[in-house]
Amino acid sequence: MTTTALHRAPRGPGAPDPAIEITGLRKDFGTVHAVRGLDLVVGQGEIVAFLGPNGAGKTTTIDMVLGLSQPTSGAVRMFGQTPRSAIAHGLVAAVMQTAGLLKDISVKETLQLTGSLFAHTTTVDSVMTREGITDIANRRVDKCSGGQQQRLRFAMALLSDPELLILDEPTTGMDVEGRRDFWAAIRQDAGRGRTILFATHYLEEADAYADRIVLVRQGRIVADGTSAQIKAKASGRTVRATLPGATTQLLQSVPGADSVDIRGESILIHSADADAVARYLLTQTAAVDLEIEARGLEDAFIALTSDTAENPDTPDSPERSAS
Amino acid sequence: MTTAARSTTGTAGAAVAVDASAAVRRAARTVPPMGGFNRTLLAIELKRLLRNRRTMIFTLVMPAVFYLLFGAAQSYSNDNAGRGNVAAYIMVSMAAYGAMISTTGAGAMVATERAQGWSRQLRLTPLSPAAYVAVKVIVAMFLGLIAVFVVYALALAGSAHVDTAGIVVATAAVAWGGSLVFAAFGLFMGYLLPSENVMQILGPGLALLAFGGGLFTPLEDGSLIEEIARFTPMYGINKLAHAPLTGDPVQWWWVANVVVWLAVFGGGAIWRFRKDTKRV
Repeated sequence: MTTTALHRAPRGPGAPDPAIEITGLRKDFGTVHAVRGLDLVVGQGEIVAFLGPNGAGKTTTIDMVLGLSQPTSGAVRMFGQTPRSAIAHGLVAAVMQTAGLLKDISVKETLQLTGSLFAHTTTVDSVMTREGITDIANRRVDKCSGGQQQRLRFAMALLSDPELLILDEPTTGMDVEGRRDFWAAIRQDAGRGRTILFATHYLEEADAYADRIVLVRQGRIVADGTSAQIKAKASGRTVRATLPGATTQLLQSVPGADSVDIRGESILIHSADADAVARYLLTQTAAVDLEIEARGLEDAFIALTSDTAENPDTPDSPERSAS
Repeated sequence: MTTAARSTTGTAGAAVAVDASAAVRRAARTVPPMGGFNRTLLAIELKRLLRNRRTMIFTLVMPAVFYLLFGAAQSYSNDNAGRGNVAAYIMVSMAAYGAMISTTGAGAMVATERAQGWSRQLRLTPLSPAAYVAVKVIVAMFLGLIAVFVVYALALAGSAHVDTAGIVVATAAVAWGGSLVFAAFGLFMGYLLPSENVMQILGPGLALLAFGGGLFTPLEDGSLIEEIARFTPMYGINKLAHAPLTGDPVQWWWVANVVVWLAVFGGGAIWRFRKDTKRV
């Protein structure tokens, strides 16, 4: 399996600078390779989901994009500028899980303070209205619920009216309705030309709200395209059966098995040759209740991001062997 | 203004206009002057400090109470202390002490802000680290000024007596100006200690330094304790602040004490600050 990108933003002479341009990005923490040579171009106006399991390097990558940490090698440009310059010009705003709020000032003061730091802003009242926090304007931040604090973080990010909004797991802690409202507002923004990059491990969110999904695993992009393209890329089908006492080791030895999953007595084997797997299970094991199904995005996600899907240490990309 | 342009282009079918206005909007984006340093930020930072009840008790009430207990109504209060009475001497001591714990506390607020992740949030704004530190120092010095003012007002309205107004101004100015050393100390500790309650650690330490510097009990000249005290960070400020009142000639090692400790704490603050803002 290669890491060929399925999607590229249209670029040509006279085309505007991409919102984000990442080249050969790597980040090592001692002997741990958190990001292993990542290239990505996000065009202006795109809504991109940065999808991957925990520990895939999503937050590490976003930190480097925002200039919060320094890459071991590689470069990041936003709108043709360095991260710091793009932030100083108010082009980029982010809602990060790790960033905090001052507890001892009110919601409105937090926004006034944030707004005072930028050369160009929209009004405090307008972002409070948009996030529905006008009624708690004078409430101290530490008296606000988690959901209200998250709304405040969004209001802060919107205050500078950024061209690019970077969101790290934005809907964590929101209820279903809040989530729907949130994404409706985000899509409306994108309609006005704002670029959105959001990291998530919620498949449904990536599927429903992103124009483009960038799937990351172990610090690399393993797939990049629309939801439909990714489903197609993870070709093959899933064989589901009941097999008490199955072990991961046993299932991985099944001929043709790409990745395996055990859920109680149920087993799932993803394979490009589902027929061979089915034949083996029915003839060589005690498996019963066998079903074969086509993959959904979730299965594609598992297939593309599970540890058995490919060996990440194989030097299979030019930028990697060149480095 | 760019905002107005955006809000009117939200309708469908205006895609081309949107693209054009997006380019215009980007071109109009500028970096704020002075690294984002501004009056709103300063005002909100001051409000935070003045609203904090614990800060107010430790920095403003405590030195004033100490003055009333030890300076105002003792048998020695009206004894001669050079160009004023002993009550005035203790007024200067407590004002200097109040200013120093105020500036330390205000500087050490960066510890809380780092612990709460606010520093990280600020890095997503145009605010430059230097502007942030400038705000912290100004706010710290402002609180120090209030601390000096409170003790002086209380003392001069009561039993403290000095010969001339010039002595009031000179002692207050040195007590306040010297507290800059402790604004640097507070910042240094704020960047060094990852704690929300950094003043609980620093408070007792400052009290010890105040004893060492001779702010709470006069140091006997030429004693072993005095020899040691010369090297502690409150000693020089204490001596210099009292000099206009006592009429004692200024000694070079008082000045050296202040300069060296300012260099140590300031250097430490810059070192930790650089480490903190360095992208890892």
